[in-house]
Amino acid sequence: MTALAIQQLDKSFGGLRVARGIDLVVEAGERRLIIGPNGAGKTTLFSLITGEIAPDGGSVALFDDDITRMPARRRAHLGLARTYQIITLFPKDTLLHNLLLSLLGLSRLRWNPCARLAKQDALQQEARQRLAEIGLGHIADRPLAQTSYGERRRVEIAMALAQKPRVLLLDEPFAGLSLEERREVRALLATVPRDVTIVMIEHDMDVALDFADRITVMHLGEIVVEGARAEVVADPRTREIYLGE
Amino acid sequence: MKRVGWAVALIVLAAVPLWVGGSFYVNIVSQILIAAIFALGLDILVGYAGLISLGHAGLFGIAAYTVAILLEHGFGHSVAIIAALGMTLATTMLFAVLALRTTGIGFIMITLALGQLLWGLGYRWIDLTHGDNGVSGTSRPMPFNISLDSADHFYYATLLIFVAVLIGMAILTGSAFGASLRGTRDQPRRMTALGFDVWTIRFIACVMSGLCSAVAGILFFYYNEFISPHALALSASAEVLLMVIAGGSGTLLGPVAGAALVVIMKSVMSAYIERWNFTLGAIFVLIVLFMPEGLVPGSRRLVRFLLAAAKTGRGAAPARSGG
Amino acid sequence: MSLWLVLTVNSIAFGGLLFLLSAGFSLIFGLMRIPNLTHGSFFMLGAYFGASFVIWGSAPFWLAAIIGAVLVALLGGLLERFVLRRLAGQNEAQVLVTLGVSFMIADLCLMEWSGDPISVEAPSPLQGVARFGGLIFPTYRIAIILLALIVAVALWALIDGTRLGAMIRAGVDDPQMARICGIRVSTLFTVVFCLGAGLAGFAGMIGSPILSIYPGLDSDMLPLALVVVILGGTGSLLGSLLGSFVVGFLYNFGQALLPELAYFVLFLPMVLILVMRPQGLFGRRAP
Repeated sequence: MTALAIQQLDKSFGGLRVARGIDLVVEAGERRLIIGPNGAGKTTLFSLITGEIAPDGGSVALFDDDITRMPARRRAHLGLARTYQIITLFPKDTLLHNLLLSLLGLSRLRWNPCARLAKQDALQQEARQRLAEIGLGHIADRPLAQTSYGERRRVEIAMALAQKPRVLLLDEPFAGLSLEERREVRALLATVPRDVTIVMIEHDMDVALDFADRITVMHLGEIVVEGARAEVVADPRTREIYLGE
Repeated sequence: MKRVGWAVALIVLAAVPLWVGGSFYVNIVSQILIAAIFALGLDILVGYAGLISLGHAGLFGIAAYTVAILLEHGFGHSVAIIAALGMTLATTMLFAVLALRTTGIGFIMITLALGQLLWGLGYRWIDLTHGDNGVSGTSRPMPFNISLDSADHFYYATLLIFVAVLIGMAILTGSAFGASLRGTRDQPRRMTALGFDVWTIRFIACVMSGLCSAVAGILFFYYNEFISPHALALSASAEVLLMVIAGGSGTLLGPVAGAALVVIMKSVMSAYIERWNFTLGAIFVLIVLFMPEGLVPGSRRLVRFLLAAAKTGRGAAPARSGG
Repeated sequence: MSLWLVLTVNSIAFGGLLFLLSAGFSLIFGLMRIPNLTHGSFFMLGAYFGASFVIWGSAPFWLAAIIGAVLVALLGGLLERFVLRRLAGQNEAQVLVTLGVSFMIADLCLMEWSGDPISVEAPSPLQGVARFGGLIFPTYRIAIILLALIVAVALWALIDGTRLGAMIRAGVDDPQMARICGIRVSTLFTVVFCLGAGLAGFAGMIGSPILSIYPGLDSDMLPLALVVVILGGTGSLLGSLLGSFVVGFLYNFGQALLPELAYFVLFLPMVLILVMRPQGLFGRRAP
């Protein structure tokens, strides 16, 4: 079963072509890594998939649904979740509240102007539990602004997972983390079951390479190389792209 | 502890006609409550949705004018009030659809223009509104056959409505929808990615805000038995916005404090301080410089600081609690 | 026929006046993203200052206008340097402070000059009418139009031809990038704010023979400046110029032909532009 199918995706900003005829197929349960030098268009590709940017041409399909014209917020309801390169969570709110929001986004409760959020036991419990699962249960009531960068990264991933996604897009989840923190995040990702398909953008080869089943290499808005780990690493074009820079 | 505070406040407010010293002052408190209702409604947008509106006096005014004009043409109070609520609701929805095309400064500009549109109509559509002369009323409604003519009775009616609005705000801000709204203020992009419909959330906030403005406008008309275009001018929109910001946007009591500040300055202090407008302006500038988050949060911070300093015997910076 | 002519001349003249007022606002808003709600007060204050120099100081009209403008520019500089600079990006605080200052200025003007409207006569060579091609034009209004054009050309030369202008343009396009390129953005901001305030003050005095000076002039003029800037696009001189003339026409013809809908006619285009093309006719970035 195909989790994500992208066909001939095109996007230009003025004269700058950031996506050129991208074809990408990710199978359900797969662990896909997207790499490429800066400016390759990787994050833009994610934004095209989530619907934050509208493509000029081509299509995006999530499992059986064509989501090309679908507004971004509805894609979340179809099981698409994403983390960002720059963490943009809610710094003045507690970790618990951040997680509550990610649970709320997919719940009918979010429209309810009378239901007291603090009294929603089921939601509160699930939020605390998810924080505990990533080892942050003890600081659930701390404001996000008072946590470390690594802790925030984990919160962000936990929030994405709280959306019970079928496809999870991770944009440089290891960026800016210490060695210890990388190991923690790596361990967290290993616990994600295979009914969640993961597509990751990463720069740090050491951590990412052994995570991926298949690797896609992008350059200047195009997919240049794609295949299993060994093939891609051996491919001369890969080296050219990275060393030729 | 908090509950005791609320209970005391309620008792104090309920007893106002007894201790405040004459119907002049009872009327002042009525004015404060009406302004507070208006400010609380605006705060839904400013403090919770993060959208600054400089045109809210237009919504306030259209409610007041609808009641005034319908009464003048012989309709009863119930019809006039319901029509005013409906008219304001419709206008708010139209304005929201237009204004929500932008955010930030664009939203400020477009709400200013929309407010000016309504002001212009009030000022110039003389056949309907008598222009600068305004529209007068002659009677107040009589709910359950109780007359509201006296200052005390009108005050109690206003107090009841104010308490209802305040309770409504408290419920709203603590609710799941309230959390959704605040989320769209802080990180709209992230909220969309989480599955929230940011536009619709903001639209609903606009409608709620418009409803409060309508209630305030209707009360305002009955209080004065008069409405003129002056109530829709840019300065009126600016004034209610200042009440919210100076008092502390995004808090329950901030708009109330701001309303009290402005009304007291205008109605009471103007008798003692000749340059009260200047003083009010200076207070606003000082608030921005020293308590930029507003009077209520700023005072809380000050009190906490003083308490902590008293406890430890030396200055201690209290940690900011979450939320 | 002559009604149309009179309306047209008045519209263009009023547009010229609006340009002097709005050019400053557009620069301030375009460069610093500050909705400077004190701008109307600057206009009024410049008028009061200038009028004082003329009436009580017996100064010549133009000198009074310039001194008034300089005083207002200084005031603007102080406001920017000591208050607004601290509030970058905080819209609520900027709104609160600029409105607060406008309250203070309005009350001080009321205290100093009382509530009676002050009329200032146009300088004597410009009083009366001029005949041209068989038509009669009020001389002062023609003078305003010429003055506005001269200022427009001067500003254009400044912005397009000088280093300062290049820095302003860079700052309007991308303030962060401008900082990275070594442009002293804070000093630039103060300079532009002074320039904008001074222009507004100058406009106030120039407009006084037509509008006279009265409490409330500030809140009458401010929304008009906003409409101009929104229509024309922020940070664009050409936009301010064209926007000013459009508003001048809408205002005058609206008052004359559709008095009941005069303000409707004025503000409706502003709403439509904000909805359909938020960056205005010539602006670079949406507000």
